[in-house]
Amino acid sequence: MTLEFSCHTVSQGCAEGEALFSADPILFYHTDFTTGVFREPGHSLEGKNIAQKILIFPGGKGSSVVQADGMYKLDVAHLAPNGLIVSELDTVLVASAIIMEVPMVNEVEPGFYQEVRDGDRICLNATDGIITICR
Amino acid sequence: MELTPYQQEMFDGLHGRGKALAIQIQKAIGEGFKAKRMVPITRAHVALSAQEADTWFARKMRDAGAVCSIPPTVNPGYCLKVFEELGYVNNKSSALMRETHQVYRDLGANLTYSCTPYLFGNIPRYGETVAFSETSVTVYANSVLGARTNRESSASALCAAITGFVPEYGALLDENRLGTTLVQVNTPLKDEFDFALLGLNAKRIGRGVPVFSGIDPSQVTTEKLMALGAQLNVAGVVDLFHMVGVTPEAPTLERAFGGKEPERVVEITREHLDEQKAALMPGDVDRINFVMLGCPHYTYEQIRRAAQLLTRSPANVPVWILTSQAVLQLARENGLDAVLEHNGARLVPSTCVDEAACWGHLAGQYGATDSPKCAYYMQAFGVKLAVRDLETCLAWANQGGMVL
Repeated sequence: MTLEFSCHTVSQGCAEGEALFSADPILFYHTDFTTGVFREPGHSLEGKNIAQKILIFPGGKGSSVVQADGMYKLDVAHLAPNGLIVSELDTVLVASAIIMEVPMVNEVEPGFYQEVRDGDRICLNATDGIITICR
Repeated sequence: MELTPYQQEMFDGLHGRGKALAIQIQKAIGEGFKAKRMVPITRAHVALSAQEADTWFARKMRDAGAVCSIPPTVNPGYCLKVFEELGYVNNKSSALMRETHQVYRDLGANLTYSCTPYLFGNIPRYGETVAFSETSVTVYANSVLGARTNRESSASALCAAITGFVPEYGALLDENRLGTTLVQVNTPLKDEFDFALLGLNAKRIGRGVPVFSGIDPSQVTTEKLMALGAQLNVAGVVDLFHMVGVTPEAPTLERAFGGKEPERVVEITREHLDEQKAALMPGDVDRINFVMLGCPHYTYEQIRRAAQLLTRSPANVPVWILTSQAVLQLARENGLDAVLEHNGARLVPSTCVDEAACWGHLAGQYGATDSPKCAYYMQAFGVKLAVRDLETCLAWANQGGMVL
């Protein structure tokens, strides 16, 4: 079964990976850059591995410098998420995704959020604005 | 997003690969935010950090032949001269700082190395469109000066400096500058530390444009506004706030909200400030080994006050005070640096607390600071900080670090 949802392109590209949902905004600096495990105490992703995932989260937070540095370090270590699906845009996150060439979208059809579960296989076509859940 | 003929020429590479790369990134950002066009900027501030990602991107632009059409001021890395003399860095560890310096010079930046460009070196007027990165700079320029900037990243601000344009969205547009949340402050705020504690309530305040009401304008100083803006962005994401009777877009409550009703109303009481204060003290600290001041960079007035306190009761543990080259020069001219040195404090220019390369030797130690932002940054490389007002930090320093 596959389900398709429309979305708005932020950073172009196509990616595949397992869905990982975060209830909290993310500062990528709080990741262990040797494993990809998220480390921020009390965060809904604490202890979870974000490497190669399709991350579904509200948006970015924290200082501009460390957000970009965190994404860069993950990228260099090949531990970056494969794609980003966000609710709120901020310039720091958008600029970082575009420069690191990580596909990113926002404004996803509301039905997506009711349907998606952690571990779902997701195809993110950010260029054409289509998210597919494959089960 | 439509480009003008000149912008399109840049996009197509007619003005060099560097400008092409910069505007291609900006066009993608603009389209992400559904901007309709790009508008000229008159100033830029780049949050240079001498951290890998920042230098990697700056190097990439420099190597593509980019030169800034609007020379930006830059954030601090760390002062090579001071830290090499102290022996805290060696040639190998300082290579990245050296390279950062050269790359930004090649790009045509003004190497101010300060996080307070709005006080010296890069001061926009009311209504001016600029590209300022560094969260505490963005919020101050937008809110206190009434300039217009989005919360740029170091990279997007550098792109803007290179092309001389920014995509028009967010805080550049009138309709997004109106207040959304009324924050009723129901307790008198006495010093900068109280304003910092107010800022730490950003989560309670929530997203949007807060309008602070109930604060006596006659008690508000530049330094207090700096503290509020910086700490709002430690606890949350606030690129613009208004304060009734203080900031230029809020002469009255009605004007701050553009005649509309607030979307939300939040009350802040002394209990809310105390809650934040309680969380700023590591449970097991009974002794501190140093004091770190100047996040954001201390103003001349703050240095003068620290010198007064230290003259009465000198420090018996090291006190570091970070500031800009401009303020350091002024302090020297007035003999303040000698007074500080004599009483156990050291002025350091061009340096950020967030530089593990020069502060790494403090890892595992306890210190004190008056800035929650400082504590937040330094804990990332293992430095533990108790956060209290300046008077308390210096009293502890006087007692040889005993926390009473």
